[in-house]
Amino acid sequence: MRVVIVEDSILLQEGVVRLLAGYGHETVAKLDTAEGVVEAVEKHDPDLVILDVRLPPTFTDEGIQAAIALRAVRPAQPIVILSQYVEERYASELLGGDASGLGYLLKERVADVKEFIDACTRVAQGGTVLDPDVVAQLLARRRKEPLDTLTAREREVLALMAEGNSNVGIARKLVISEGAVEKHISSVFSKLGLSATETEHRRVLAVLQYLRAS
Amino acid sequence: MPALFRPLFQARTWKETLHLLIDLPLGIAWFTIIVTGIVVGAGLVPLMFIGLAVLFLTLQLVRVVSAVERARAKTLLGADIANPFLPLGELQGWWPRLKAVLGDAALWKGVVYCLVALPIGILTFTVAVTFWSVAFAGVTAPIWGVIEHWTGASDMNPWADFGILTGSFVVGIAFLIATPWVVHGFAAMDRGLIRGLLGADRNAQLKRRVAQLEVSKSASLDIAEAERTRIERDLHDGVQPRLVVAAMDLGLAREKAAGSDPEVVALIERAQDETKQAIAELRELVRGIHPAVLTDRGLDAALSSLAARCPVPVTVQVNLEQRPPTPVESAAYFIVAESLTNIAKHSDAKHARVNVNRDDGMLRVEVSDDGKGGARTEPGGGLSGLADRVRSLEGTFRVASPDGGPTTIMAELPCGS
Repeated sequence: MRVVIVEDSILLQEGVVRLLAGYGHETVAKLDTAEGVVEAVEKHDPDLVILDVRLPPTFTDEGIQAAIALRAVRPAQPIVILSQYVEERYASELLGGDASGLGYLLKERVADVKEFIDACTRVAQGGTVLDPDVVAQLLARRRKEPLDTLTAREREVLALMAEGNSNVGIARKLVISEGAVEKHISSVFSKLGLSATETEHRRVLAVLQYLRAS
Repeated sequence: MPALFRPLFQARTWKETLHLLIDLPLGIAWFTIIVTGIVVGAGLVPLMFIGLAVLFLTLQLVRVVSAVERARAKTLLGADIANPFLPLGELQGWWPRLKAVLGDAALWKGVVYCLVALPIGILTFTVAVTFWSVAFAGVTAPIWGVIEHWTGASDMNPWADFGILTGSFVVGIAFLIATPWVVHGFAAMDRGLIRGLLGADRNAQLKRRVAQLEVSKSASLDIAEAERTRIERDLHDGVQPRLVVAAMDLGLAREKAAGSDPEVVALIERAQDETKQAIAELRELVRGIHPAVLTDRGLDAALSSLAARCPVPVTVQVNLEQRPPTPVESAAYFIVAESLTNIAKHSDAKHARVNVNRDDGMLRVEVSDDGKGGARTEPGGGLSGLADRVRSLEGTFRVASPDGGPTTIMAELPCGS
């Protein structure tokens, strides 16, 4: 996997480069500001862009803006946003359009090395990965929505799904059988009114249901 | 007898005399400046801007006049007179400044002073010169008589005109004794005039003080706010990346150590968990100091995020067309944050509601719940901290929480028009 990384803390930038290298991924460009991100990505055509949210000059949401600008030019460009804090508002802005190939994670998730690399890979392949913290916020907030009708277990399954886990992964995490996971998922789909015709997309659609509600 | 002449040897007498003498040249200067300025300015009014600018500058000169006169009164009359003008420093733009200048009564009194300074100056100058002249001429009359007789400058004969010369001397002595008192009297009049027309009355002094306090208070609020933002940045951009890199290296170490000594693996895992916990706690701490989403996206987003974190379901309604000033925005945020924390901890509420709207230059924040009530504003408690914060912004803060509920917390914060 070829990666472009945009992170103003050199310490962290080097750390992530080292981490990616350890798993055989090549960092083709390192930037410390959001300026010139689009040009760098056009030039290197990476499989993944890792973007920090707070970047010079204002240290507010340059990363989010850069991601939106980047997707406007390259709609399918996989991007993982790393942030010191996650806010559902940013997630909604970010995933407002097409959520495939997007990730939004707390910075400290890089500490779980394998999971982080795994999340990057899934995003690079077009998956959507949301931080458990965002998902928790979304679940907390949408109580009055159709999601309200989900059982606690179904909600857990949906949360893990939103984090980009496969059925096998969900089964392992909840220590239940894969069959049980499938049963929960189909119940979630039917409660959220997602028809069976678009099997591939339904996982993403279910996740988006939270976001659309805001 | 010597007591009668004592005032002649007091500095006060001569300083006051000097003051009375300067009255005339300064009176001419002030009168000329003001009359010329007003006449020229009024004449140029058809040219709108230039005319008004000349008038405005003329009025501004009154401040200079006032400063010079107050300094003169302090040096020569020993009168300490406070500056009567409202400070202009914090007003931005031409129009607010003009309004403040024209609305300042001290300024118009200053104009009156400039106009009366000339006749008063003529009077005091004449009196001072006349009285001292008569006094000195009278006292020294015998000497002049003798000199003139000897030099033949006139046909005066000191012996023959003894009566006239003696009379002049007596009159001179009388004036020498009386003049200091006359000078004192006119100086007192000058002092009264300057104090009355150029000094600050009690009301203006208080107004001035309030204006100063307002400026310094809003400056310190802004500084506190900026400081919080700076601390937040330092923690986010300085400390946190280090912790993240440490946690990541521990993660890498754990991968490397996998399969080796399980005790080592467990140690690394524990160190990594602690580091991750530290990062999470740091994030919460920073959110408590100054939530970044508030700066970036405003109250709606920040309050939604608070509501999402609250274990009690919360409905948030924010109706704001534009963002309030930063200190107001952050006070509103912390009012809601503290209230929701209390609701989650103590209220047993099933539902809470947050309403924020702006009305008549007031930001109204209302947090209500359907819990068991009984919330009290206790000294040192969270609610009293909120009340202090609201007071520092000159807002009002009310808690209605009868036993048995429901609880409503209301804050109104002035936020400009």
